[in-house]
Amino acid sequence: MEIHEYQAKELLAEFGVGVGPGGLAYSPEQAVYRAKEIGGEVWAVKAQIHSGARGKAGGIKICKTDDEIWAAADELLGKRLITHQTGPQGKVVHRLYIEQGCDIKREIYLAFVLDRAAERVTVVASSEGGMDIEQLAEEKPESIIKIHVEPAVGLQDFQARELAFALGLPASMMSQAVTTFQGAYRAMRDLDGTMVEINPLVVTGDGRLLALDGKMSFDDNAMFRHPKLAELRDKSQEDPREMQAADRGLSYVGLDGNIGNIINGAGLAMASMDMIQHAGGEPANFLDIGGGASAERTAKAFRLVLADENVETILVNIFAGINRCDWIAEGVVQAVQKIDIGVPLIVRLSGTNVEEGRKIIKDSGLDIIMANTLKEAADKSVAAWKAHTGKS
Amino acid sequence: MAILLDKSSKVIVQGFTGQIGTFHAEEMIEYGTNVVGGVTPGKGGTTHLGRPVFDTVKDAVRETGADASIVFVPPPYAADGIMEAADAGIKFCVAITDGIPAHDMIRVKRYMRRYKKEERMVLTGPNCAGSISPGKCMMGIMPGHIYMPGPVGVVGRSGTLGYEAASQMKEMGIGISTSIGIGGDPINGSSFRDHFEHFEADPDTKVIIMIGEIGGPQEVEAGIYARDNMSKPVVAYIAGLTAPKGRRMGHAGAIISAVGESAAEKVELLQEMGVTIVPTPSDFGSTVAKILEKV
Repeated sequence: MEIHEYQAKELLAEFGVGVGPGGLAYSPEQAVYRAKEIGGEVWAVKAQIHSGARGKAGGIKICKTDDEIWAAADELLGKRLITHQTGPQGKVVHRLYIEQGCDIKREIYLAFVLDRAAERVTVVASSEGGMDIEQLAEEKPESIIKIHVEPAVGLQDFQARELAFALGLPASMMSQAVTTFQGAYRAMRDLDGTMVEINPLVVTGDGRLLALDGKMSFDDNAMFRHPKLAELRDKSQEDPREMQAADRGLSYVGLDGNIGNIINGAGLAMASMDMIQHAGGEPANFLDIGGGASAERTAKAFRLVLADENVETILVNIFAGINRCDWIAEGVVQAVQKIDIGVPLIVRLSGTNVEEGRKIIKDSGLDIIMANTLKEAADKSVAAWKAHTGKS
Repeated sequence: MAILLDKSSKVIVQGFTGQIGTFHAEEMIEYGTNVVGGVTPGKGGTTHLGRPVFDTVKDAVRETGADASIVFVPPPYAADGIMEAADAGIKFCVAITDGIPAHDMIRVKRYMRRYKKEERMVLTGPNCAGSISPGKCMMGIMPGHIYMPGPVGVVGRSGTLGYEAASQMKEMGIGISTSIGIGGDPINGSSFRDHFEHFEADPDTKVIIMIGEIGGPQEVEAGIYARDNMSKPVVAYIAGLTAPKGRRMGHAGAIISAVGESAAEKVELLQEMGVTIVPTPSDFGSTVAKILEKV
């Protein structure tokens, strides 16, 4: 789960990370009011969307007067921002964060990540803040500092000091730096973070260390122990189909092609997509129907895949272990009888109770193309798609 | 022979009396796995499926001599259950549970380092379909009948894709020594490399097949290990050539978030290391057959 910058800053502040004065606004009037409330002479009006690189996309405006704030807020609210992280469909701005401007002397990159190779949390930092990490890795790889955190004891003082010195922070800022680094680490650990990114962490003219931006994401598997975090979820920032799928116990990712997929198991789903492409088609989605798929869940999967108007053929590929082919077959037959799918349907069943499953499909008399192997399934899907659409 | 689990394995089921634990314990018993009992805290002293139930893993090990465990404990408590197994002296543990928080797995991995490597429990999973030595022992949720005994060692992340590979091989008369599921989570009990080491030492395994996917460094690490330390040929398939960057494809760990984590990059690196690539997921059987002819 991802959250907004303003939410990340509130959380990080609770763990001792410095943040500047700021407030939330849902309208231009509110934005102007917030700026007055927090005071100062210059303000940043920042679009709150779940994405980095908002500045480059025009989502952050520096303003000096009420009129400028009003105009910036009016322009941003309701606007669809497109960054390299949002994809071409972009994300719509519904909230603004108004923040007091500060006198920036230096910008630092600071992040905490779940390091899969080290199997622990790793601090990634660079004295070259402001750039994104991909760019840093490309252009200034020598500036990147990495520190592994021993999970039993957490980020130690000496590690935080080493990091501060390596970043070139003066001795006078040491205790602030240690508090900041350890606080951000604890936020990552205590809140089951999968990532905490402060980019940039700035040194101000008056010697303060402030998180100028903040990005946090959390482990969905750990939400059961963070009911308060779950409340920070902003559904307007999520793909409605993926969200709908998750609520129905399905795992779905929308893609650009036109052959829809209903598969059991993430690995087989990815492999089936690869196979479709190999056969000359393009997958429209990833969909893992999961174990113990009932007729009801199968019907939901069909509705979900068909909600994508680009879908012109559907492939159901099930290798039943916990699932049973006869249950799936009944689900498919019921779904096709209920929903007018209007596109060719290819079904490949394998594994537990495969003969019973195939018989159910055959006896239904429905116009369903059967396939025995994965290759046959992909080939028949692409052939059916071509025949149905006249495309190639 | 096989690796990690065979006829002599004495298996307990953690989360024995729950619905899922019960269902799969029955399947495993039917397959011929020597299930000697189970653990459900608070139900010690009772009997389930004709086998004793214990309150703690330590009790179960003491009373039954169990050396292997399969975990069906729900996600909030599963990490605790795994550590309990390690502490009780279990040698091989299969964690089926899907949805264990990553920070819990970091704790588990750290906790297990308290044991010397040679005494440390081998953990596979979580979020896997389990492992099987065909004809000898099944610790998992897979359909046992699609696996036949033979010379190929399989290690993979995905359950159903592993079934696909096993059935393609069976179709061509190729059997499996042991199939290990390491699961789809970003931080897992053991890696491809760990099991390459086991298979290299197993006289009955002639060829090893790795079924990997996008995300993380483990496929490439295993390739480096194979190039530098192994005499047996390695065949690999990497799922997710069509997966877009930055999107999680079902498995918690199946996400391209760094350089070298896409399927195309992994395939290229593995080829450089001398690993034979299965070109498409319908070529598992034919690719392995060709390699087997040569050994």
